Amino acid sequence: MKFRAMIVLAATAMLSACGINSVPTAEENAKARWADVQAAYQRRADTIPNVVATVKGSAASEGKILTDVINARANATRVQVNATDLTDPAKIASFQAAQNQLGASLGRLLATVEAYPDLKSQENFRSLITEIEGSNNRITIAIRDYNTAVQAYNTRIRTFPDAIGAKVFYGAKPMVPFQAQPGAETNPTVDFGNTN
Amino acid sequence: MRILRALLLMLALLIVPQLAGAQTFPPLSGRVVDAANLLSPAQKQQLEALSTDVGNVAQRQFVVATIPDLQGYPIEDYGYKLGRAWGIGQKDANNGIILIVAPNERKVRIEVGYGLEPIMTDALSQTIIDDQILPKFRAGDMAGGIMAGAQAIAEQMKAPPEAAEARVKAAAAQPQAARSSGSSSDGFVAVFWIFIILFFVLPIVFRGARGRKYRGGRGPVVLWGPGLGGGWGGGGSSSSGWSSGGSDWGGGGGGFSGGGGSFGGGGASGSW
Repeated sequence: MKFRAMIVLAATAMLSACGINSVPTAEENAKARWADVQAAYQRRADTIPNVVATVKGSAASEGKILTDVINARANATRVQVNATDLTDPAKIASFQAAQNQLGASLGRLLATVEAYPDLKSQENFRSLITEIEGSNNRITIAIRDYNTAVQAYNTRIRTFPDAIGAKVFYGAKPMVPFQAQPGAETNPTVDFGNTN
Repeated sequence: MRILRALLLMLALLIVPQLAGAQTFPPLSGRVVDAANLLSPAQKQQLEALSTDVGNVAQRQFVVATIPDLQGYPIEDYGYKLGRAWGIGQKDANNGIILIVAPNERKVRIEVGYGLEPIMTDALSQTIIDDQILPKFRAGDMAGGIMAGAQAIAEQMKAPPEAAEARVKAAAAQPQAARSSGSSSDGFVAVFWIFIILFFVLPIVFRGARGRKYRGGRGPVVLWGPGLGGGWGGGGSSSSGWSSGGSDWGGGGGGFSGGGGSFGGGGASGSW
C-alpha cells in the first residue's frame, strides 16, 4: 500500500510539474530580458549622432573614422532580432557582430578624441561621453540578465520533469545566449578570404 | 522510494547552482552602511537624517555605503549587484539610489535605480561626482566628500515634483502585473496539489492505515509542494527575497530594509 501511494505521488508530481505553466513563464521572461538588451543598444545608438556632430565641430579631419561610426550605426540599427527568432543562432550572431562593430568603431573614435583637448574640455561632450559609458554599462547588465534568463529557460526545457511538457506541448527549442562581452575592446575578426 | 530520492536529488541540483558562487555584500545595517569606517558617529547621524528626510519627502530610498573591498569587480559591476541584493527602492517604482565609496580602490559611484534614471541622469550623477565629491576626496577629506555628495543627491531627490514619480509608478504597474504571473502560477500549483492530496493521496493513505500503521506518509508531500512551486519561480530578479519588506521602512524609524527595487546600470562613476 505504501508503495502504491508513492507511485501515485510520483505520477502526479510528473503531471503537474511537466512545465504547463513554468515553460512559457520562463520563455516570456527571457524574451522580456531580450527586449531590455535591444533597448540598451538602442539607447547607445540614440546618443551616437550627437557624439558625431560634436566631434565633427572640433575635429573634422577625422572624417574617415566619423564615417565608419555612422555606417556602423546604420548597419547596427538595421539588424534587429524579434523575440521569436531568439532560437536562431545565426540571427543572434549577426546582431552581435553588427553591435560589436559599432562598439569597436565608436571606441576608435573616442580614442582619437584624446588628441583634441578643446573637445575634451567641452561640457556638452563630457556629458555625451558619460551617456555612452552609461549605455555600455546598461548593455553589459542587460546581456547578463538575458543570459541568466536564457540559461534558466534552457535548463528548464532540457531537464526532467519540465522537459516532458516542453517537448509535448510547446515543442520548445533552446534559446541562444550572447557569447562574449561586447564593447569597444572587442574588435571584429576580419576574414581575408584565404580559406579555400 | 529510490525514484523519489532521485527526483529530490535532481531538484536539489537544480536549485544549488543559483545559490553557489554568490558574491558577498556587507549586511544592510541601516541607511548608512559605513563598512570602511570613513565616517564619525555625528556624520553618520547627519547622513541618516538626510536619508530619512528623502524617504519622508519623496518616498525614495537613499543609502550611503562605504565598501572596504570590491572583491576585484569594477565598481559599476559591484554597484548594481549591491543595489539588487539589498533591494533598495520600492518594488513598483525601483526608486532607490546608492552612493558607493570604495576608498581602497579609490572609486566612487552613484548607483541609480531604474525608476530614478530620468530624475538622476548619468550626466547629473557625473556632475555631482566631479564637482562635489572628487575635489574633497583628492584633498584627502573622505567624509567631507561623502557629505557634500549626499547633500547634492538628497537635494535632487527632494526637489522635483511628485508627479514624475507617480507616472513612473503607474508605468511600472503594468510590467509588474506581467511579472507577478510567476507567483500566480505558483498559486495554481498549490491548488492543484491540494486537490490531488484531497482526492487521491488521502484516500490511499486512509485505506492503507486501516490495514497497517502508516508512518511518515506526509513527508514527501511537504517536500514536493514548495520544491515544485517555488524552486524556480523567483529566478528573474535577485532581489525578490527581500521584497516583502515593501513599505515598513518609513514608519518605525528603527529598522531599515530595502523595498525590493532593482537596478540596471544607471548613474555614473569616478575615481581619484
